[in-house]
Amino acid sequence: MQLITPELGLIFWQLVIFLLVLFLLAKFAWKPILLSLKEREDSIEGALRMADEAKLEMQALKAGNEKLLADARRERDQMMKEASTMAEKLIETAKTRATEEGGRMITQAREAIQNEKNAALAEVKNTAAQLSLDIAERILRRELSDPAAQKQLVDSYLKDVKLN
Amino acid sequence: MKRLLAVLFCILTLPVFASEHAGIPAKEEAFNPGEMILHHIGDSHEWHWFSTDNGHFTSYLPIIAYRPGKGVSTFSSEKLAPKHGEAEGAEYDGLKLHHEKLVTTDGSPVYDFSITKNVAALLGSSILLLVVFTIVAKGYKTNHGRAPKGIQSFFEVLIVFIRDEVAKKSIGPKYERYMPYLLTVFFFIWFNNLLGLTPGAANLTGNIAITLTMAVLTLIITLASSNKNYWAHIFATPGVPVALLPIMIPVELIGIVVKPFSLMIRLFANITAGHIVILSFISLIFIFRSAAVAPISLAFGLFINVLELLVSILQAYIFTLLTAMYIGGAVEEHHDADYQMGGGDGADVAHAPHH
Repeated sequence: MQLITPELGLIFWQLVIFLLVLFLLAKFAWKPILLSLKEREDSIEGALRMADEAKLEMQALKAGNEKLLADARRERDQMMKEASTMAEKLIETAKTRATEEGGRMITQAREAIQNEKNAALAEVKNTAAQLSLDIAERILRRELSDPAAQKQLVDSYLKDVKLN
Repeated sequence: MKRLLAVLFCILTLPVFASEHAGIPAKEEAFNPGEMILHHIGDSHEWHWFSTDNGHFTSYLPIIAYRPGKGVSTFSSEKLAPKHGEAEGAEYDGLKLHHEKLVTTDGSPVYDFSITKNVAALLGSSILLLVVFTIVAKGYKTNHGRAPKGIQSFFEVLIVFIRDEVAKKSIGPKYERYMPYLLTVFFFIWFNNLLGLTPGAANLTGNIAITLTMAVLTLIITLASSNKNYWAHIFATPGVPVALLPIMIPVELIGIVVKPFSLMIRLFANITAGHIVILSFISLIFIFRSAAVAPISLAFGLFINVLELLVSILQAYIFTLLTAMYIGGAVEEHHDADYQMGGGDGADVAHAPHH
């Protein structure tokens, strides 16, 4: 029976000592321990979250880089295409102009040749007329050396004048 | 199983052989195992370490007695120890010990506040608790932001277990307020259970005064933190017809007291029973007056002792868990929850931010 009869003295001491231990442990052990545990857990969680964020950021950065690279590549392609188009156009223009110039020069040459030819022909004509005049003069001069013949000729002119 | 039966058979038949040899009447008084065991698991005003043929090795503890009218008297319990050859203890200052109970010679009331063996053990274990956990707390300061080391990492597992598996799951989001009490209860019971297993030590957690005090503290904390849902459950249990309330209300009111009562009995009975079993096995040697029983007694005693190591932490865990569940039932907010102390929903809330 004594075994299951609580002793007043022991209850008193247990109450006093246990509450004292509870108070001291709560203040000097449990509070700092639980605080440190929480702090550590929070820091671990924070680190994990930060790592996740960094990963996402890296992915975004990578995607951005790739986009940038793709843009650059596309721009380069476009530029090259433009350049080649321009070059082709330039060549085309140059060709056209050269052809035109050639045509023009040929036309000019032809004109010049024609002119030269006309001038030469005119000169030949003049020369031939001079020559025939000279020949005619010389012939006339010889035929009209005697006064009879002169008289006859004057007469014939006079006749003509009369007719007019 | 067969072997166990054989061993049991051997034990049961041994008295026959023993009694055959005990023809000569024993001169010394007969060995009384019941008395020996009760003496060992009970409280005492002196700390008896061991005895040899030359005498007892005992530390005498201070007696503090309060008598109304006479005041407090303090003296060493050596003055009440039995003189040589006497069975009864000596008288001093009108006081004497009657079966370890302090009584006055004239029958007037006396209140015993002596530093008994249990109080001394209580002081010792409290100092041990304080020393151990200040060292652990210091570990958190020195290893701040780093992994725990040594004794700190050993206790961290248990502290985190009590926090996550006991407090958070049983109490819910308000668990933080009750952590100091739960941790103190757990480690107090565990340490004292283990210390109680050491030879010569006091049986502190197997003393009903100790378990009564802790159970009452749990009851006070439960009632102090109870909200209206808790009382609504008691005075208007949901789903119960009004006609049944006259029966239900007394049942629920009894339930308030039965819960801490079960805490008190469970811890006391478990620890005391373990001690009784171990002592009984050892007593067998003296009952049979034969050293041949010793190996069996020792083997069984060792087995029970190892079992008690498990029971030590198990009982500490159960006391803490049930305390947390009772508190959880008192602070529970969800009215729709089943009247199962603690329940799962509080824990889900507590765990929610972690996932």
